[in-house]
Amino acid sequence: MTALLEIKGLHAEISGGRKIIQGLDLTVNKGEIHAIMGPNGAGKSTLSYVLAGKPGYEITAGEVYLNGEDLLAMEADERAAKGVFLAFQYPLEIPGVATLTFLRAAFNAQRKARGEEELSSPDLIKRVREIAKTLNIDSEMLKRPLNVGFSGGEKKRNETLQMALLQPSLCVLDETDSGLDIDALKVVANGVNALRSAERGMIVITHYQRLLDYIVPDIVHVFAAGRIVRTGGADLARELEATGYAQYQSEAA
Amino acid sequence: MGVAIRKTKAELGLADLYQGARRYLPGGEEITAVRAAAFDRFTAVGLPHRRVEAWRYTDLRTQMKEAKRLASLPDDAAKAKAREAKDLFAGAGFRKLVIVDGAFVPELSDLAELETGLTIQPMADALAADKPLLSQRLGAIVPDDDPALALNTALAANGVVILVAPGTALSRPIHVAFVTTNWVATSMFTRSLVNIGAGASATIVESHQGPDGSEYQVNTAMQLVVGDEARIDHIKVVSDGNSALHIGSLLANIGARATFNQLGFVAGGSLIRNQLFVRLAGEGTVADIRGGSLLSGTQHADTTLAIEHAAENGQSRETFKAVVGDTARAVFQGKITVAPGAQKTDAKMMSRALLLSDEAEADSKPELEIFADDVQCGHGTTTGAIDDELLFYLMARGIPPDEAKALLIQAFIGEIIEGAANEAVRDALTGALLGWLGRRE
Repeated sequence: MTALLEIKGLHAEISGGRKIIQGLDLTVNKGEIHAIMGPNGAGKSTLSYVLAGKPGYEITAGEVYLNGEDLLAMEADERAAKGVFLAFQYPLEIPGVATLTFLRAAFNAQRKARGEEELSSPDLIKRVREIAKTLNIDSEMLKRPLNVGFSGGEKKRNETLQMALLQPSLCVLDETDSGLDIDALKVVANGVNALRSAERGMIVITHYQRLLDYIVPDIVHVFAAGRIVRTGGADLARELEATGYAQYQSEAA
Repeated sequence: MGVAIRKTKAELGLADLYQGARRYLPGGEEITAVRAAAFDRFTAVGLPHRRVEAWRYTDLRTQMKEAKRLASLPDDAAKAKAREAKDLFAGAGFRKLVIVDGAFVPELSDLAELETGLTIQPMADALAADKPLLSQRLGAIVPDDDPALALNTALAANGVVILVAPGTALSRPIHVAFVTTNWVATSMFTRSLVNIGAGASATIVESHQGPDGSEYQVNTAMQLVVGDEARIDHIKVVSDGNSALHIGSLLANIGARATFNQLGFVAGGSLIRNQLFVRLAGEGTVADIRGGSLLSGTQHADTTLAIEHAAENGQSRETFKAVVGDTARAVFQGKITVAPGAQKTDAKMMSRALLLSDEAEADSKPELEIFADDVQCGHGTTTGAIDDELLFYLMARGIPPDEAKALLIQAFIGEIIEGAANEAVRDALTGALLGWLGRRE
């Protein structure tokens, strides 16, 4: 197996503020789905932001490699072009930018960054429509401003659509189940499962086990107080559902 | 008053211009009298400065160092330059009328096969004929104490007169292109009149452009007289050269149950003052007034709007947005006046500025003056920078920061461009926006 993502001894804090990630080691191989579960405030979302390159966090120690390349040295857009995709817990609304315009800009920017040829508008629209269909996304929605007035389910489906279009090598799903009813959850999970491949790795961040009934992970980590405190198989998620996180919070503290 | 203020070099220069030109400026007895009265009004107050409330943020007395000599009539070389000048509306199929260095040039204008009910005439001819209608219009200016407008009335040499007969629906938009060609800085005073008869409709596009690096001075005024149940879409684009002074006045008198759509777009010039004096004279009129300014470098653009709801059941929306980079400064002053008896007026004004640098500045002064008791009026104003969260969202999808910012700027100003009903106009404004973004890179 080839290491897709290697996180070694990572420490990160909010610039000028709290220490959030405190000694994280994690290796994600190609083809694997890792679930990161943990209590609120454990630093799960921070981990997703640090991987995606959000400004405002300071890495005080450690290294992160994607396919052997130093991820921390790259800006967010460069990371995306290298294959990192963060599915946001709260996708942002951008009035005035049509969803399709945004998809075209993202898709072609990544291609350009990789030295690949840009896709013509008709070809791109065709591709987007095909994916949208599998996610029950109405083509009218694609003309609307990005996420503006979208329901929680629509926003998450839109995130999944972007992921399917951009074909990243590392998908980081941050609380993808939040705000979803069970039907929407199934649609999104189906979309994610369709992207499982031997060449792609995924990190599924979630507080609840429910999502993992639909996106079944290979490995489950318990994340508490900024580091991994326990690792197991898919059954660990069910155990956590029964026992809760209390023991890990006291352990970490 | 009574305190003698020393005249500035520019004020003395303007007096020289008027004294030198007044015998040659087109107009019979009546027009000449209107001009003289206007120049007296200007002389009484001089160039506006920051203690003049309406000009509070644009101190013309300080910023206008001198008055450039009047532009001479365009020769063949100037006309050739104008013919080759970039046209934002090229290919749109509009009827184009060309004003070169302040003079209407028929041979560059499309005057063929005028629609029934449409009359087009050079303003210079109309002035020379001393038409009573025109002298009335020229004299009966809404704010007859505005010094910049008084100067325009005194010195306007040419422009265009467009008359649309009652009931005429002009499907083909008219594009009045004001092109400055001369590298040697000159000043140009133009005055235009658009008269839309009752029940008629027209789209009038006005564009202003000129060479970078030339400190030319434009003082232009457009008078719109719109009859009952008529519709006018008026779009003005300022893409003047980067050293140009542009003072524009829009005077609009709108009849009852009419539709008034006005859109101003600034993507050029050095010091720009766009003042709009709008009177919704008849009841039940709907007005949509929008403005977008794209500013960088040391540009200063002032949009000052005074709109009066003079009759009942009127509705107006005023939306102004400015993108301000570098050390540029955007000014918006908006005043909505609701006259006594203009009940059921519904007016909402909003101004927003997007600042792209720490040194950029935006000033906003909204005002409501309401003399009726059953109205809905409101205003709001915001100033902010590019949202970092939005920027990160775009970058997390692979869009480089400059492109992501450009996308957010487009999104911000998009609401203004969307206000144009005509698709070719929207395309042209988008083109102007992309050009501006391209020059910033």
